[in-house]
Amino acid sequence: MSIDLKTIKHISKLSRISVDEKKAEKLAGDLNSIFDFIEKLNELKTDNVEPLTSVAETTLKLRSDEVKSKNLRDQVIKNSPKENEDYFVVPKVIE
Amino acid sequence: MSEITKQTLSELVDNIKSKKLSSSEVTKAFVERSEKSKELNAYITEDYANALNKAKKFDEKPNLDLKLPGIPMAVKDLFCTKDLRTTAGSKILNNFVPTYESTVTQNIWNEGAILMGKLNCDEFAMGSSNETSFFGNVQNPIDKNLVPGGSSGGSSSAVAAQLTPITIGTDTGGSIRQPASFTGTVGLKPTYGSCSRYGIVAFASSLDQAGPMAQNVKDCALLQEVISTYDEKDSTSIDFKRNEYSKELTNDIKGKKIGIPKEYRVDGMPKEIEELWKKGIEYAKDCGAEIIDISLPHTNYALPTYYIVAPAEASSNLARYDGVKYGFRAEGENLIDMYEKTRSEGFGAEVQRRIMIGTYVLSSGYYDAYYLKAQKVRKLIKNDFDDAYKKVDAILTPSTPSSAFKIGEKTNDPVSMYLNDIFTVPVNLAGLPGISIPAGHDAKGYPLGLQIIGKAFDEQNILNIAYAMEEKINFKKNINDWWIK
Repeated sequence: MSIDLKTIKHISKLSRISVDEKKAEKLAGDLNSIFDFIEKLNELKTDNVEPLTSVAETTLKLRSDEVKSKNLRDQVIKNSPKENEDYFVVPKVIE
Repeated sequence: MSEITKQTLSELVDNIKSKKLSSSEVTKAFVERSEKSKELNAYITEDYANALNKAKKFDEKPNLDLKLPGIPMAVKDLFCTKDLRTTAGSKILNNFVPTYESTVTQNIWNEGAILMGKLNCDEFAMGSSNETSFFGNVQNPIDKNLVPGGSSGGSSSAVAAQLTPITIGTDTGGSIRQPASFTGTVGLKPTYGSCSRYGIVAFASSLDQAGPMAQNVKDCALLQEVISTYDEKDSTSIDFKRNEYSKELTNDIKGKKIGIPKEYRVDGMPKEIEELWKKGIEYAKDCGAEIIDISLPHTNYALPTYYIVAPAEASSNLARYDGVKYGFRAEGENLIDMYEKTRSEGFGAEVQRRIMIGTYVLSSGYYDAYYLKAQKVRKLIKNDFDDAYKKVDAILTPSTPSSAFKIGEKTNDPVSMYLNDIFTVPVNLAGLPGISIPAGHDAKGYPLGLQIIGKAFDEQNILNIAYAMEEKINFKKNINDWWIK
């Protein structure tokens, strides 16, 4: 298989990572060699195999629905790159 | 009494408990050695003044019943530490100061240990040589310009160079065991669900586990005993009966059945590794273990599976770094532009590569061909281990297919870098515990490790086997402090 520059641009858009031409070419090369390596999995027949989603063979524990931590607003906002009073600030979204 | 920084954790604990040493004396010794060792670049953030203060406070009212009374230690910079910068080795978290503490580190402080600083690692733990860190390469104390392994490279370097008596790392595909092997130290990756993931910067959530790194097996056992607790805050934490690993540690492994998987004899493996493995088998026999040949037929598919599952989970976990809530932000013309520039400037090349792989394998039209396929092969890999454990109690393999390599040697070829983890990755995919112990040196004098893999929740058993073999191996450290002028 081969990942072309168009695909790289598409993935970069989905990943929200901006990519210029030079970087796209480097990524295409890297990803192609990685996917060549991954293709090995196609040697295996897996039609009747159940996918493994968790190695922990336990059911999730239930807990009572109680608030355990509260009034965290200051903590939540503390590391934001830009804030205004109690809000995160981002570039204008609605014209 | 030997020089403070040369003492093992157990010796330090004994000396503090018997009041032969104070926490201040011990902390000062490790801080001084850390300060003299800046060339190793093992630390990202130093917190020495606070550490010395905490040691002083400990000495004023020492609680000697604790398991780590006044013991100073530095931890991998992937664990959130309240009020102390936590970067995950990334520019995007360069200024991030957590407002909460990870469960694993909290367990450590609850037992009396003192934080000295945060240790370098590959960016978001993605790497096998510590070369993807935004904060630069880490030197292996074994030799100049040698990688310390990764991703817990600052941790392995710091323990090997005795900047910290013990440390903790995290292991998603080998990130504790491979660096331990490269530096002649001991590293344990516990069973998935043994140590809480709460407060650890997430990489691949179905694989990530925290674990201890130390000079020897006994110290590792003690630290594992401290960090492994059931935690409500991690929904995958497992509530099982945990041993008192250090107290129950024994070198009596007579009659234990140890499996040797033939598939781990990979093409192009250096003769030295093959010989080390053979020697390991002899040591195990000398300890009274029974050696049984086994097969793990899907071993060769573990790395390709890992390089779908781990990036897929990473692409999802790292979606949170958007320049809005915390971390680095690049200004943009609009919201989308801001996201794209923030992530492009904030993440390094390897992290971007893995996010892209993950996004691709999860994207519409490719999910079944890649992600679902990988989950199915993951099941086959786990089944291999389940079958093997019907016949054996543990499995013995080399830890890595080579000894440590030079800085820059593998950075241009991602796949050759990934091959480093060929013996460690299957263990994460199956959620099992594995320990790497130093077992010999190659012709260059670089350390080589052996890995013992256990059944799920059977940490005690692999610690015991490692303990017994450690005694037989009698590994000699050969570190000459070349970086201290």
